Amino acid sequence: MNTWTLKFAWRDSRGSRRRMLMYISSMVLGVAALVSINSFGDNLKQAIDAEAATLLGADLSFEGRAPFNDVIEALIDSLGGEQSRRTSFSSMAYFPLTGDVRLSTIRGHERGFPFYGEIETDPPEAASEYLTGRNALVDATLLQQFNANVGDSIRIGTVSYRIAGKLVQTPRETAAIMLFSPRIYVPLSEIDRTLLARGSRADYEVYFKFEDGRDADALVEELKTVLRANDIRTDTIKEEQEGWDRSLSNLYRFLSLAGFMALLLGSLGVASSIHVYIRQRIQTIALLRCFGAKTWDTFRVYLMQAIAMGLVGVILGSLVGLGIQALIPIVLADFLPVDVVVSISWGAIWMSSGIGMGVTILFALLPLLTVINVSPLIAFRSELGVDAKTPRNWMWWATIAMIVVGITTFAILQAPRVLVGLSYSAGLFIVFSILWGVAQLMIRILRAHTPKKLPYVWRQGIANLYRPNNQTLVMTLALGLGTFLIATMLLAQHALLQQINLATEGDRPNLVFFDIQPDQVAGVADLLEENGVPVIDNVPIITMRITGINGETIASMRADTTRRLTWAHRREYRSTYRSKLIDSEVLVEGELVESVDIETIGLIPVSVEQDVAQSLRISLGDTVTFDVQGVAIDTRISSVRTVDWQRMQTNFFFVFPKGVLEEAPQFNVVLTRTPDAKVAGRLQASMARAFPNISSIDISLVMSVFDAIFSRIAFVIQFMALFSIVTGLFVLSAAVMISRFQRLEESVLLKTLGASRSTVIKIMLTEYMVLGILAAATGLVLAIGAGWVLAEFLFEVEFVLPMQGLGVLIGLEILITMVVGLINSRGIYERSPLEVLRTEA
Amino acid sequence: MSLVLSVSNLTKIFPSGDREITVLDSVSLELMAGDTCAIVGPSGSGKTTLLGLCAGLDNATAGTVTLCGHELNGLTEDERAAVRNKHVGFIFQTFRLIPTLTALENVMVPAELRGRTDVRAEAFGMLEAVGLADRTHHYPAQLSGGEQQRVGIARAFINKPDILFADEPTGNLDDDTGSAIEDLLFDLNSTSGTTLVLVTHDLDLARRTGRVFRLKMGAVVSEASNTAGPGQGIVSELLPPTG
Repeated sequence: MNTWTLKFAWRDSRGSRRRMLMYISSMVLGVAALVSINSFGDNLKQAIDAEAATLLGADLSFEGRAPFNDVIEALIDSLGGEQSRRTSFSSMAYFPLTGDVRLSTIRGHERGFPFYGEIETDPPEAASEYLTGRNALVDATLLQQFNANVGDSIRIGTVSYRIAGKLVQTPRETAAIMLFSPRIYVPLSEIDRTLLARGSRADYEVYFKFEDGRDADALVEELKTVLRANDIRTDTIKEEQEGWDRSLSNLYRFLSLAGFMALLLGSLGVASSIHVYIRQRIQTIALLRCFGAKTWDTFRVYLMQAIAMGLVGVILGSLVGLGIQALIPIVLADFLPVDVVVSISWGAIWMSSGIGMGVTILFALLPLLTVINVSPLIAFRSELGVDAKTPRNWMWWATIAMIVVGITTFAILQAPRVLVGLSYSAGLFIVFSILWGVAQLMIRILRAHTPKKLPYVWRQGIANLYRPNNQTLVMTLALGLGTFLIATMLLAQHALLQQINLATEGDRPNLVFFDIQPDQVAGVADLLEENGVPVIDNVPIITMRITGINGETIASMRADTTRRLTWAHRREYRSTYRSKLIDSEVLVEGELVESVDIETIGLIPVSVEQDVAQSLRISLGDTVTFDVQGVAIDTRISSVRTVDWQRMQTNFFFVFPKGVLEEAPQFNVVLTRTPDAKVAGRLQASMARAFPNISSIDISLVMSVFDAIFSRIAFVIQFMALFSIVTGLFVLSAAVMISRFQRLEESVLLKTLGASRSTVIKIMLTEYMVLGILAAATGLVLAIGAGWVLAEFLFEVEFVLPMQGLGVLIGLEILITMVVGLINSRGIYERSPLEVLRTEA
Repeated sequence: MSLVLSVSNLTKIFPSGDREITVLDSVSLELMAGDTCAIVGPSGSGKTTLLGLCAGLDNATAGTVTLCGHELNGLTEDERAAVRNKHVGFIFQTFRLIPTLTALENVMVPAELRGRTDVRAEAFGMLEAVGLADRTHHYPAQLSGGEQQRVGIARAFINKPDILFADEPTGNLDDDTGSAIEDLLFDLNSTSGTTLVLVTHDLDLARRTGRVFRLKMGAVVSEASNTAGPGQGIVSELLPPTG
């Protein structure tokens, strides 16, 4: 490259530099998104690495679903080190002052845990003081929900505690997890032991801290066999760190990909602007050719300008990105297990800038190829012009190939595995192609079917969208993508709420009581009757494990390293017995045996759910041996059922016939229906007072929890959608800027022909309004498609459009488009015809 | 005197839908160093096409163009560009100054494209020669039409071309300014010994050249030489008086 190229590129950019800034504005946000998200990703990794130990709170933990047996107790004893135990279970928390109840996760702690990091409380001293008596630390949100304060009392089971403090941050838990089930910490020695009756679900944990520098991971490897044989799960700092790394990497990768989409849109905007820019430079290029400039010399002049624009874009984008980086921990606060300290990550900045630069240059190459085809003859005959479209020659295809390879490489770099990266880039091309196709279709439909009888202002406004060098398609694409993301979240949320509403409508139960001991069933039924609500169903539940299949024990299967056991082999099953199918079940094979005589039957005929049968690789006639709390029961698969798990019913993997499990240790679940939330609240409170061990779930509560969780996820996605929307608005601003002179001429011509200023403004507003409608419609078509798929296949509800929400979204989008267009057009429509004509002359 | 331009049986055919339009039909001519000639004819007669082909801006359908010893037909676009840069100068009806460059920078462009770096003083000298020493740092938009064409002339001569192609050089100027530009053009031409090819509708301008080729429907229908020198003799007789 000779110095003339650089010199001329610089001189030629005079008078266009402000415009060029506007062109690159559309890519700034994409780069900013990448810089901020990737920097945040690095910050997050640093935070997790730095606080790895505090994530677990110990060097090692053992966890079991039952109290540790003698073998494990002996092992724990032999391991030494500092130890601290914890037992967690679900129970109703009762606030005596207000009479409110809420199903919560109760964690009984011993002194010591966490060995690393701390439980953050308000007041801070409560974190250690609560262990000194009957004190509790309660999730701050739960206290807020029931207007309870520090110093009030809370009852769990039969034990009352003084609320010593609010839980702010705890090891291994995020704010989002708290939403599912609020946490309450109490001293382990003070928990109501009756709540841990046989059959109740509880987690038993022991945490270790080793001062002697023992390698916890090596220890786990060494003890693997004995721990597995006793169904003990383990966790080490490394495993915890890797777990968080994995899940949070996925989260920030998703965000990064969303940012990348904004960058792609922005780059498309830049390419579109460069296309117009190059067309304005055709005469200069032809002239240079006349004077003897070689083809690639002129190409390099404009490539240099594009590179310079890209450089300015990535610098500005990086600066904006550093600002946005500080916002991301706030947006994701509910999902983060550690405090993320925001710091500059040069690696992330270099990488994001490189990607931003690369993508911008790649996209700019397409319009730059036009330069190669400019004939010097145009200098003599401007009417010759150049073909509006860049010719589809080998260079065009090579550029397209480079774009595809570039995007795919980025996707692979961001994805955990090559295949995922390839799938992502394929998905990206599909989404873009569909959006592109829909946008094209919308634009064509509008052009072909604009009614001829529309008032002139409307026809002219719509026609303006097709002025030469228009960027209607790119704007529609960018704004449409943002609309698609936001509208899809709106539709998914609506479908979810609809599903929950559907689950509780009609005579279906909306309140579930569980952990009911057999001797409490009659009392519960009486209480329901007193409150005027029915017992819709009373279901006995027996916990059990599979110990053998077709004569082979699970232990021997485990010992065989060539066989892969699934969760279905290892899990604890909660089964029931009954004589008939329920609404949510369909028999697909065999028959459901109503009852048997255990003395004579031999193998007990049981019914299995289809999916779990596949996981266990069992079918009709196979035998399964269960350990029902110490008693071995041999069964034979007599039927296979499908179960609609979406239905709010007590659904089971295994159903036994009557006559087998009646005497086994069990608890019951009672389902009822209350007319409103008030009765439900009253009933739950009465139940908590009368039977402290019984827990309940109010479906409306489930609904609000799901809604809250979803709102938080939607917030994150909508935050990312904003990048796309704002990028679209930048493209719009650049487009107005590019067509400024054309608009000026149009306005002057109209005014000369007698149009009033208000007519000219109305035409312009119509143009922006129709653009907003086009973009909204493009995004909406796709969102409705996605929403339909979600409603039909994921939530399995009838697809209904939330008209009000969508109406507000579309209205806002149109309004913003009009306002941004108007702001960028200021000055254009104020000029007097004479002033402009003189300037032109 | 050496041969600068040789055109032999030059034909240019453009496709137009299903048909073909013959814009130039077997045109032949030769110009020696220092010759001046005008190509005249009605609109659409093929004047500019002939100029474009002679200057190597386009490919002929048939025939040959030899410019300063280079046969253009066999050359690539970049090779032709190199020939233009070395031997050819251009003047345009609409001046064609690059709007983002100053007058001085516009004049420098052809020299810089040749790879020269020390051309500022020379360009300044050229502008001085065309009477624009005080306008060197003005942009085209800040110059009048006549001034812009002066810059165009300075730019055309900076590489000391062997041949200068001028397309209606006074077409966009008023009579007085046009006349001054013509004087300047012919003065510089005679000083530098450049071959001059003018495409024009202006018969007075054509009279000032040594030879006139009249084109009609793509063919040379008449050719006249001024044996008595430009502005007199056969050419004047061939072209009807104006005004």
